Amino acid sequence: MGIHVIRMPDIGEGIAEVEVVAWRVQPGDTVIEDQILADVMTDKATIEIPSAVHGKVLELGGKAGEFMAVGAELIRIEVEGKGNASDRVPAAIVPAVASAPAPISSGAKPAPTEIPVASVEVKPAAAPAAKSHARAAGEKPIASPAVRRRAWDLGIELQFVPGSGSAGRIVQEDLDAYAARAPQSTSVAGNRYQARDEQLAVPVIGLRRKIAQKMQESKRRIPHFTYVEEIDMTELETLRTVLNTRWGKQRGKLTILPFLMRAMVLALREFPQINARYDDEAGIVTQYGAVHIGVATQTEHGLIVPVVRHAEALDLWGCASEVLRAADGARSGKAAREDLSGSTITLTSLGTLGGIVSTPVINHPEVAIVGVNRMVQRPMVRGAAVVVRQMMNLSSSFDHRVVDGMHAAEFIQTMRGYLECPATLFTE
Amino acid sequence: MNTQSTTLLIIGGGPGGYVAAIRAAQLGIATTLVETENLGGTCLNIGCIPSKALIHAADEFAKASSYAGKSALGIQVPSATIDIARTVQWKDGIVGKLTGGVGALLKKHKVTVIKGWATIVDGKTVDVKAAAEMLRISCTHLLLATGSLPVELPFMPFGGIVISSTEALSPKVLPKQLVVVGAGYIGLELGIAYRKLGVQVSVVEALDCVLPAYDAELTRPVAATLERLGISLHLGCTVLGLNGAGNGIRVKNSDATETELPADQVLVAVGRRPRTQGFGLESLRLDMQGKSVKIDDQCRTSMREVWAIGDLTGEPMLAHRAMAQGEMVAEIISGKRRYFQPAAMPAVCFTDPEVVVVGLTPTQAQQAGLDCLHASFPFAANGRSMTLESTDGFVRVVARRDNHLILGWQAVGCSVSELSTAFGHSIAMGATLEDVAATIHAHPTLGEAVQEAALRALGHALHV
Repeated sequence: MGIHVIRMPDIGEGIAEVEVVAWRVQPGDTVIEDQILADVMTDKATIEIPSAVHGKVLELGGKAGEFMAVGAELIRIEVEGKGNASDRVPAAIVPAVASAPAPISSGAKPAPTEIPVASVEVKPAAAPAAKSHARAAGEKPIASPAVRRRAWDLGIELQFVPGSGSAGRIVQEDLDAYAARAPQSTSVAGNRYQARDEQLAVPVIGLRRKIAQKMQESKRRIPHFTYVEEIDMTELETLRTVLNTRWGKQRGKLTILPFLMRAMVLALREFPQINARYDDEAGIVTQYGAVHIGVATQTEHGLIVPVVRHAEALDLWGCASEVLRAADGARSGKAAREDLSGSTITLTSLGTLGGIVSTPVINHPEVAIVGVNRMVQRPMVRGAAVVVRQMMNLSSSFDHRVVDGMHAAEFIQTMRGYLECPATLFTE
Repeated sequence: MNTQSTTLLIIGGGPGGYVAAIRAAQLGIATTLVETENLGGTCLNIGCIPSKALIHAADEFAKASSYAGKSALGIQVPSATIDIARTVQWKDGIVGKLTGGVGALLKKHKVTVIKGWATIVDGKTVDVKAAAEMLRISCTHLLLATGSLPVELPFMPFGGIVISSTEALSPKVLPKQLVVVGAGYIGLELGIAYRKLGVQVSVVEALDCVLPAYDAELTRPVAATLERLGISLHLGCTVLGLNGAGNGIRVKNSDATETELPADQVLVAVGRRPRTQGFGLESLRLDMQGKSVKIDDQCRTSMREVWAIGDLTGEPMLAHRAMAQGEMVAEIISGKRRYFQPAAMPAVCFTDPEVVVVGLTPTQAQQAGLDCLHASFPFAANGRSMTLESTDGFVRVVARRDNHLILGWQAVGCSVSELSTAFGHSIAMGATLEDVAATIHAHPTLGEAVQEAALRALGHALHV
């Protein structure tokens, strides 16, 4: 029996520290080659670390939520044969008895202590894999009828329960141990009115921690000024329908987002102080010629803001395809670093869940965020008549330190002008 | 029309249906069971139990007759005779006790039993034509347990001298010459019994072996008995039909040569088919699997809250399977989480000698891609077998080579049906060869052969 050590791989981009987001295995589990051991996260991406070997997990290098240095020991696995690491005991003794530890220890064991980057494949994060189990795929779990029955009652799949008996037979004690470890499922029907006392402590780690930090930072530093205006979208909707009917097949369907982005680009020409990033420590507001629009996107793991770069240089369909590409990248975890940073203003929309009013949180260090609320038909007074119009609110927040309320309001009114008379979107 | 409502309505009072009813009642489910005939189904009335009674009587008569000649045991009796009417009466007594017992159990558990013919209206409604009235029963759950029927040959339907197992189990007089069509377990069990009762028996089988479901090693002792008893075997022969005079059947062998076998009775035992017609099952348009109702591993049909168990759901058509399914369905309806995933399903042929199979045979294990070892222990090396004058046969074990997990048992020999208990236990419990080898088995018993087979598979049998 030997020991194989897998170390935190160097993911590139000069990152020195990586966060362990989740462990997929526990000490004592048997792992097979290519089985995912852990999810780790850098600033921008979540990555699965697979096992290079078949064996039994001895020890984990850290807890979920801990940061580990690149090259640090991630996991120890007991393997058949030699493995890639000697036992820990002699490794500790060598430097202790040596008067000059560095040269001797490196001379004694040169190769095994190197960082085995090559043995670790780096894959982008996918859906969580099945829990680890000691049985090869397709192998039936062996258990007595009484154990099977109790497993059904407990709602436990025996397939995932390691067996300690002869030939891997699962005994009652194995089931007890597994039940204690697995989250309890509520198998009893008719518990809708049952008093419930359970608590679930969810560690705020990984992307959630980053989101929490960013939100806190923004709200702590920035005095938000929120401004809500309603927009008559009737004409824009008519135009959108015409464009989709005419071009939808060749160029793809347009949502209202590309129109909002175009209106935003045009309005920002008159209000360059809103397309900016404020470095409050240096006391400098940098205004940008380029309009890099962050598009807030909900993913499985949480909120991410991929960036559509140079929106000023994109037509409606260009915007549409860029939004799609950025959102897909964020959702699949494949987004490149530059796709997730450098925005100069942010657009946030909850689509049909948009509600009437929201108070968006500025994506620090930007100075403005435009929120899109739900579009609905409302009775409006036009002339002396009540007519049905497609109405939609924009709820926007501004950094009141560098954007005055007056200018913020004028910016939104300018956007409204473009949106309510969509022909102006296309005139210079 | 009177109406009733119930939670669980069961159609069919055979082993599947009545066990489901008892278990459901135990679990507090309002249960109604509809049965046209006597309770107990094929098993108690015209199958398992009566055939075992007849086989026992035939064995006893054969033994008594053997004492009329020269007996190694030194027993001498004048010639033996049998009054078959008395035998059938005795058998009917046993059947009556058992079916009456089922009725008492159902009554004790407060199951509503309705004697009548059920016709399905829809998945929640069944009409019952009882003796005096028509009844409409509405239910939450409908359990179909209608069993199976003997397969009929289209060119030689039942009637006249052509009989099914049902008639063969209640003979008024014994025929002189019986032709059995089909050398499966039903045909051979009855053929051997009739032969022992003094009837001239021929067996016709389309395949070229007896008990085609089992391997040659297992069936060899049975074939030897057939020869010893003077049963004429016609293997690889197909039946063409009755002859013109109606006193024999025409068969064709593999060379296409036609011959006639004289018969004053022809027992057709070519299998059983699920009973799917005559009670409105078609109206539910359930998914079928071949001729049987398709079910999942909880005995659910393709219609919600309509369940099916037993022979209606196809092979293996065994009473113990139906009972286990019935019990399970009752528990699922009561809210428990259950699946029908037996570790092994025992099957027994009550031929002479008996054959029992539980779990995988060496061939099946090989086909499943498992690396297995197997070993046999002969009854010729078992003391108890010698004292019972039956040293034919053996016990065979099949186990995985890597961890010695037992996958299957087969045995052929006198009274080996009782070993099915030990076989079933060891597989259900996930025993290894070492577990069985290290268990003390009582001496002198046939069961010692079980332990010895395991020891032999481990390479250190003591008595061979």
